[in-house]
Amino acid sequence: MADLTVRCAGVNLRNPFLLASGIWGESGESLAGAWRAGAGGVITKSIGSVARPGYPNPTVETYDRWGLLNAMGLPNPGIDEYPREIEVALHAGASVIGSVFAGDAEEFARLAVRMAATGVVALELNLSCPHAEGFGTEVGGTPADVERIVRAVTKEVSIPVIAKITPNTNDAAGLARAAERGGAAAVSAINTLRAIAIDVHLRRPVLSHGLGGLSGPAIKPVGLACVWQIFDKVKIPVIGVGGIATARDALEYVMAGARALEVGTQVTFDGIGVFGRLTHDLSGLLDELGFSRLEDVVGVAHKASSLPPD
Amino acid sequence: MRSVVAVTDRVLETPSTVTLRFPYSAVAHPGQFVMVWIPGDDEFPMSLSYTEGPLKGVTIKAMGGTSRRVQSLRAGDPVGIRGPYGNRFDLSPERILIVSGGSGAAVLAPAAERARGSGKSVTVALGATRAPELLFRERFRVMGARVELATDDGSEGTKGFVTGVAERLLASEPFDAVWTCGPEVMMKKVIRAAAPRGVPVFCSMERHMKCALGMCDACALGPYHVCVDGPVFPAERLEKVPDFGVFHRNSSGRRIPF
Repeated sequence: MADLTVRCAGVNLRNPFLLASGIWGESGESLAGAWRAGAGGVITKSIGSVARPGYPNPTVETYDRWGLLNAMGLPNPGIDEYPREIEVALHAGASVIGSVFAGDAEEFARLAVRMAATGVVALELNLSCPHAEGFGTEVGGTPADVERIVRAVTKEVSIPVIAKITPNTNDAAGLARAAERGGAAAVSAINTLRAIAIDVHLRRPVLSHGLGGLSGPAIKPVGLACVWQIFDKVKIPVIGVGGIATARDALEYVMAGARALEVGTQVTFDGIGVFGRLTHDLSGLLDELGFSRLEDVVGVAHKASSLPPD
Repeated sequence: MRSVVAVTDRVLETPSTVTLRFPYSAVAHPGQFVMVWIPGDDEFPMSLSYTEGPLKGVTIKAMGGTSRRVQSLRAGDPVGIRGPYGNRFDLSPERILIVSGGSGAAVLAPAAERARGSGKSVTVALGATRAPELLFRERFRVMGARVELATDDGSEGTKGFVTGVAERLLASEPFDAVWTCGPEVMMKKVIRAAAPRGVPVFCSMERHMKCALGMCDACALGPYHVCVDGPVFPAERLEKVPDFGVFHRNSSGRRIPF
């Protein structure tokens, strides 16, 4: 069986498949459950300074297994309440990565300090939620914003900081470079693509918030392109996110340059058993292709000589 | 994807409880729920109180603002429906005891109907605050179930909680399964009464719910999600869940004690 352990952002992972932020992750028991089901690590729901109920329903629009549209609105119990949930996950032995969102660099830094104090192994900064006023893309959507926020956080905490960047840009590599300049240990790409659904009978948007974010297999080629474009522009590792449903999807991301991966929407389609399946299948696929270690495959697609420069 | 359909009937079941019927052809099983969207307002989970045929139904008790707005819907009003979601009652036991508190009968009545339709013996312990609030008492009788009533004020049946009736029935007669829905403290008492007799109990659970897809974690109940692992849980699972009867979570995911 091929070796799936990876070292990413200074963290040793038993396998590359992380539970993506926003899926489960509001309760400690759920994080623990994802860890027990075989996730290589679990990323919390994005946590803010205060409790936030999120948007009213409808917050999701469902499609066949190609995608999922959501605008949850960053619901979370707030940083005062949340440490007790992390404690439950840590008690189960999980490698927990704490995701935070904030309205400006100073708030990010304050939150990051408190999140780091809970015992998480790394932080992920949500610079990319596409549908929350005053947060996400609105505060972290340009290279200057990304650099300023990441620098403010890395100045204050000693654990690795991962910047999760948006695909709703024409310059993903520019955002990643900015994160690197700010001191990020890794960059994760991508968050959801800004999207909307309209009910034709009611002549109105389906989601209460109107705009939302699209995830699932439909966005895999987009995420892959971002990882592809980022990989040789930065020295820090890239975490691939977006539409990973099979081991083959995972390997595409790794060959495009991802050192670790996040899985979210597929948990919705397959249940938490998806982690066990992906790990098993990826190991088998690597064996079949003659690779003994996943780390040897990172970015290999860039070595193909016949491609034009991008 | 949702289907937008028009409400066909609005039935006042008790002074505080209303049934809405609507065309929705998806196959559904007793115990399952649908997400009901009032356009421009909210979308929430509701157990199906009518699961058979193309005309489905939900039954809701007036509690807070949302349930009142659902009750204010009239025939012809549009609602968005998606689902059905979740698991179902296992209809195989021969002698079934149903314990219903408050509007719990909404999900238990279609299960009882299906069981009676395949010749099972069904006994219903039906509780309410007062006689006019006994939900579906006639429906249970018409399907051929034996019905034992309890009211808090003694205006009909045994005076006191329905758990007292359930304890008496469990002590005096053999049952193969108990199905229950109501306040969690009530369901906990039912479990305690059935346990020493070895009768398995199945509880229909409720938590704040948003996506209904097993994604958002809003309806987390210990290691489970009510939307995909429930709503029907065997008691032996619930007994290992520290949340059960102790706390639920609000829309921000904060723990709220019962």
